Amino acid sequence: MKKMAATYKGGVHPYDGKELSMDKPIKDLLPKGELVFPLMQHLGKPATPIVSKGDYILKGQKIGQADGVISANVISSVSGTVKAVEPRLTASGFEVLSVVIENDNEYKTVEGFGEKRDPSKLTKDEIRNIIKESGIVGLGGASFPTHIKLTPKDDNKIDYFIVNATECEPYLTNDYRLIIEEAEKVIGGLKIILSLFPNAKGIIAIEDNKPEAIKLLRKLTESESNIKVHALETKYPQGGERQVIYSTTGRKMNSSLLPADIGCLVNNVSTVVAIYMAVAESTPLLTRVTTVTGDAISEPQNFRVLNGTSMQEVIDAAGGFVTEPEKIICGGPMMGYAIYNLDVPVSKYTSGLLCLTTDENAYWEQTSCIHCGRCVDVCPANLVPQQMYKYSSRFDEEGFKKIDGLECIECGCCSYICPAKIRLTQSFRETKRSIQRYKSVNR
Amino acid sequence: MKDLYNVSASPHTFDYESTTSIMRDVIIALIPASVFGIYNFGLKALLMILTCIVACILTEYLYQKGMKLPLTTGDLSAVVTGLLLGLNMPVGAPLWMGAVGSIFAILVVKMLFGGIGQNFMNPALGGRVFLVISFGKIMADFTVPNLGISSPAITDYIAHGALAVDGITGATPLTSLKAGGSVDILNMFLGNTGGTIGETSAFALLIGGVYLLIRKVINWRIPVAYLLSFLAFMAIFGGKGFDVNFLGAHLFGGGLMIGAWFMATDYTTSPISSTGRLLYGLMLGIMTGVFRVFGNTAEGVSFAIIFCNLFVPLIDKYVRPRSFGKGVEAYE
Repeated sequence: MKKMAATYKGGVHPYDGKELSMDKPIKDLLPKGELVFPLMQHLGKPATPIVSKGDYILKGQKIGQADGVISANVISSVSGTVKAVEPRLTASGFEVLSVVIENDNEYKTVEGFGEKRDPSKLTKDEIRNIIKESGIVGLGGASFPTHIKLTPKDDNKIDYFIVNATECEPYLTNDYRLIIEEAEKVIGGLKIILSLFPNAKGIIAIEDNKPEAIKLLRKLTESESNIKVHALETKYPQGGERQVIYSTTGRKMNSSLLPADIGCLVNNVSTVVAIYMAVAESTPLLTRVTTVTGDAISEPQNFRVLNGTSMQEVIDAAGGFVTEPEKIICGGPMMGYAIYNLDVPVSKYTSGLLCLTTDENAYWEQTSCIHCGRCVDVCPANLVPQQMYKYSSRFDEEGFKKIDGLECIECGCCSYICPAKIRLTQSFRETKRSIQRYKSVNR
Repeated sequence: MKDLYNVSASPHTFDYESTTSIMRDVIIALIPASVFGIYNFGLKALLMILTCIVACILTEYLYQKGMKLPLTTGDLSAVVTGLLLGLNMPVGAPLWMGAVGSIFAILVVKMLFGGIGQNFMNPALGGRVFLVISFGKIMADFTVPNLGISSPAITDYIAHGALAVDGITGATPLTSLKAGGSVDILNMFLGNTGGTIGETSAFALLIGGVYLLIRKVINWRIPVAYLLSFLAFMAIFGGKGFDVNFLGAHLFGGGLMIGAWFMATDYTTSPISSTGRLLYGLMLGIMTGVFRVFGNTAEGVSFAIIFCNLFVPLIDKYVRPRSFGKGVEAYE
């Protein structure tokens, strides 16, 4: 009998748009103009610039030094001269201190760049240090520095390492292409990570709408007793950290815990490949596989882009626009950021550039709640968004906390499904930030 | 090229269902019952339904115009209220009475409490109960004049309705059941009996209910919990034990079917969580049973639903799903 995949309650099925780009092989894209490296491409404190105007930089050279406990290095993806160290606009909508490099198009690398290494000859500390030095952060969206995640209190207490290959965001196909084209690197990266945790089993979690990738991964892991490929039900947000842990291991967690507290670690599949490249091939995090797609793009496809490349160049490489887009989203439609200007650099978290002719957000007007309960049905955190909204719209933070509002994972399902088009997620996000800010001020 | 693209918080995509599309589905689901009601009771039934719909839309429109509020008549919820109220009127009632009930339903029950989503009881039922209390005799009179037409043409059915043409008396099955008479379950299921315009045919109402289930407009929990708990209550307290005829008559008789599928499932006046919905259905079944067995009016379903509507805020407050991972602690 076929074992039914476990899954969490709730979730939605938005139009997935993956057919636009899922069969397009990853194309390398070389930048034409200057490259911009924001020093804040991760969760935590910004990195400190360690170069100044006029310096000559090599490909693979560190230009931003991680500052503080939670921070990540920034590495140059080209060789050239530092043009400026100044605030530049990023996809977040804010200006961030950035290193601007004039590309000399020679791609001269630092010493030892790209050299093969045998990971089994490295100690755990060496591996973790390589990951840290390579500037690797979570590439699924949250951009949490990976070396911190891979350094839990006790290595022995990690039971599962989960490779998040679900790619549940609609439209994005960058992870899928990476698996199809570089599956050995996924397995290789996973093996490197498993060598850090003596009791851990490896799980590759993937949604069942990618049968070819599942077949390929299963074939490659046939002889690996310690690695399992889990095909999960296709529904958003299957790749949410708490959801993917539950679906693959049956373990539940809440906002007061870290995955490591329940013996699990989760990393995106792109992150795992980045770890492989850094450890086994001495290549720090320089590139980003990104899906350029949407109905406004003339040739939707997947690119391997050097970090720092202007988004305008990426759009041009995809043939530009067929129709003038109303909205451009960095990431997917459910959790991505809308950007108002294309003069921003591709950075570690740019999983996709989604260009849409119609901005649905502008189309739908908000009306009164009719108490239909759809938000409750789809909430993967088992909350009652309708009640949370009552509290958040009257700034009642105590009431919001009392009904577990802080457990909201901001996945967007409630806003998506609401027939009255109430922007629930946005309201919860604001209330959560307000509560967290208050907490940090009064600490 | 544009200088500025639209920005907004995520998500950037939305389901195509809206309040209007949901209301449209409810209207579609009520079409079988409406058509059958018109067939059963004739042209007058159609006029009554139209009167109620027009009165509801006009009341909402004029109120919002007068109060300088944004117009919401386009969301079709007033049409649903009017249609439901029309289906809940006896065909013998004068048309102005339907209009009065509609005005009460929209003005007092819905608009004065803040419009769509804010009413504490189902507007259509509120309107009906208002009429029952104000004009008890007319609202409880289900007799249909027997025209005794020997060879009826289709136009006779349209003008006068099947009941008047065939000479079936209009007494409702539940009334005769209470008086000790016997009933024909199949006729009750199909709807060839007396009653309000839209409540008689359990079959037509079930088609609508199934449509709403398939379209995921309603969830099975409220109607199923309602009907099952009602049957259980009647089997225990009905005085006839597990008598299939008796239970069947109560299941298909009166306003139970239209109430369970179309009134109790009204979003605004039913609980929001799954467990809350089961509890609400259970309460409805018991209360309907109590009103039917121990009450002395024909308003079992209406009163039960309105009574349970009042508990919905309380149920919502105390019956909430357990949030994901609540109480989980770090592994040792």
